[in-house]
Amino acid sequence: MENMLAPAAHRATDTVRPQAGPPVLQLRNIEKVYQTKTIETVALHQVNLTIGKGEFVSIMGPSGCGKSTLLSIMGLLDEPTSGEIELDGRPVQSYSDRELAALRNQKIGFVFQSYHLINDLSVLDNVELPLLYRSGVSGRERRERALAALERVGLGARTNHFPGQLSGGQRQRVAIARALAGRPELILADEPTGNLDSVMGEEILELLLHLNREGTTIVMVTHDEQQALKTQRLIRFFDGSQVS
Amino acid sequence: MLLSYLKLAWKVLLRRRFFTFINLFGVSFTLMILLVVMALVDHVVGPNMPEKRIDRMLFVNTIRQERVDGHGWMNRPASVHFVDTYIRRMKTPEKVALTSNIYDATAFTNNGLLPLDVRYTDGNFWQIMDFAFVGGRAFSEAEVAQAQRVCVINEATARSYFGTANVVGRTIEVDLKRYRVAGVVRNVSAVHIASYADVWVPYTLSPSLVRDSSIGGEFLVVLLAPTAAAAPAMREEYRQMVQRVEIPNPKEVKAIYSYADPMLATFTRALHFSGDMDEDDDNVGTFYLICTILGLLFMLLPALNLVNLNVTRILERSSEIGVRKAFGATGRNLVGQFLVENVVLAVVGGLLGLGLAAGALALLNEAHVVAYAQFSLSWRVFGWGLGLALLFGLMSGVYPAWKMSRLNPVVALRGSGEQK
Repeated sequence: MENMLAPAAHRATDTVRPQAGPPVLQLRNIEKVYQTKTIETVALHQVNLTIGKGEFVSIMGPSGCGKSTLLSIMGLLDEPTSGEIELDGRPVQSYSDRELAALRNQKIGFVFQSYHLINDLSVLDNVELPLLYRSGVSGRERRERALAALERVGLGARTNHFPGQLSGGQRQRVAIARALAGRPELILADEPTGNLDSVMGEEILELLLHLNREGTTIVMVTHDEQQALKTQRLIRFFDGSQVS
Repeated sequence: MLLSYLKLAWKVLLRRRFFTFINLFGVSFTLMILLVVMALVDHVVGPNMPEKRIDRMLFVNTIRQERVDGHGWMNRPASVHFVDTYIRRMKTPEKVALTSNIYDATAFTNNGLLPLDVRYTDGNFWQIMDFAFVGGRAFSEAEVAQAQRVCVINEATARSYFGTANVVGRTIEVDLKRYRVAGVVRNVSAVHIASYADVWVPYTLSPSLVRDSSIGGEFLVVLLAPTAAAAPAMREEYRQMVQRVEIPNPKEVKAIYSYADPMLATFTRALHFSGDMDEDDDNVGTFYLICTILGLLFMLLPALNLVNLNVTRILERSSEIGVRKAFGATGRNLVGQFLVENVVLAVVGGLLGLGLAAGALALLNEAHVVAYAQFSLSWRVFGWGLGLALLFGLMSGVYPAWKMSRLNPVVALRGSGEQK
């Protein structure tokens, strides 16, 4: 059953992404079960997914269908109950917590629905954050790379502001700059426009599309069908399973 | 990394003014009180004028004589006979001095009565102690032997009696006896029980001086070792010497006990924690243990308060923790960051506490609680203060930091502080 499903998934994706590069992330037979004393909840069931280099994939589905859980697992923040994950062709199961942290730091950038900026730190310090946990990056280099990332999202003039002084759209731009600063191979965005009005939401999506055209691989969870249709590939989820 | 942590800590503390203020308040007041206590202790047992070479000194305050048939104990200082026959024959000491306790005396001035504290000493006393002479000199061993009527007085007495400190060679009348002033010294704090006085005169002039073969007398003995390292050997030699002492009145006295102790031990030995009177234990270890426990207990309350504040703030900062973990922070990174934040806070609090302590000591000096005492913060106390601040920072930071680092990033990002 599993062996039959996996090639099928590959075939399906291959047809949708003609220009996709080698796989950045591969999920095989991912199961996620939340266990409490009385109830067992299946959050993900038999998920097989390959994200190719340079792709922009959106994941859609109703609330509670497991989209965010999937994103956490893809981002190595959460472990699947069973199944395999390969990042850059290397299985991640064997890594220690420390190594996982290093992998997250180097390969993955997160963008969250509610931005999750650190309010006590300036915009620049927020964007420098991923580089802080990378060895061999000098303070000066951190600063330069963070400034470059802020330029890319069009906020080069607001580096000394604090998050509380910015609009929602601007905050999400800062969050995207933060995700970019570490030059990750993959950006995982969890409803990045969910807290924004349609104009700002549109702006953010345009920014993400622009980044994708420049070569960044992006996986985005969204509720917005219009937005999802603008990406290269759309995956629908229902009750923890991939339905298209 | 440490530099970034420090920078971060500084930024967070500046942004969280209220939190910082509350914490600094608690930390600095606690440390202020501990530092004031330490400064007081240091004033008593530290190397302060005139006991500058206190690390080379041992003090013999009493000789305890156990009487036969359970008739109890007799505690008295040493007699001149005991000092001459036994202590001066020891090999290790570079010098041995004897000095009486304080006697009350009076002098008359134009303004009326001047109460004075008089101490009888020998010539060596002046060579062991480092008095600061304002004028003149100490009296010599020869003058002591000849029982010459000379004295050394402190500045305060000179000013009260003569109206000036420039009085070398003049005569002062104490208890209706006239003495020539050989020297004037700076005032010595009354806490220095082995050296403080207003007027020092040769012990050979002491009215209570008895020259017989009894062991008990009226003199404290100060032994000076050639080096600080030789002090323990000197202590041991004294211990062995006491065991060989011939008891002059064996029908009345069963055994004698006496110890040459460093300054702190002279106080702690008298505490008799165990209740066992003939136990040979100077109690310094027990004393330090009790002080440490009390100090820790004293710091515990504000530390717990800070722990509480910090744990509560973890909920507030759960999103930050989640984000840091998502972007590659390890548990160790977070513990480091948080501890640095706390230690920075504690050190700033410690510096404030030092300032407050300096102020409190100035007030104490102003109030003249102890005669001639000038309490001050030394580098030693400063070092202790910073050490305490660091300890405090770690005490109050370790648990919250550990809890913080254990937070599951997925849960943390959802915004609740629920545990893994």
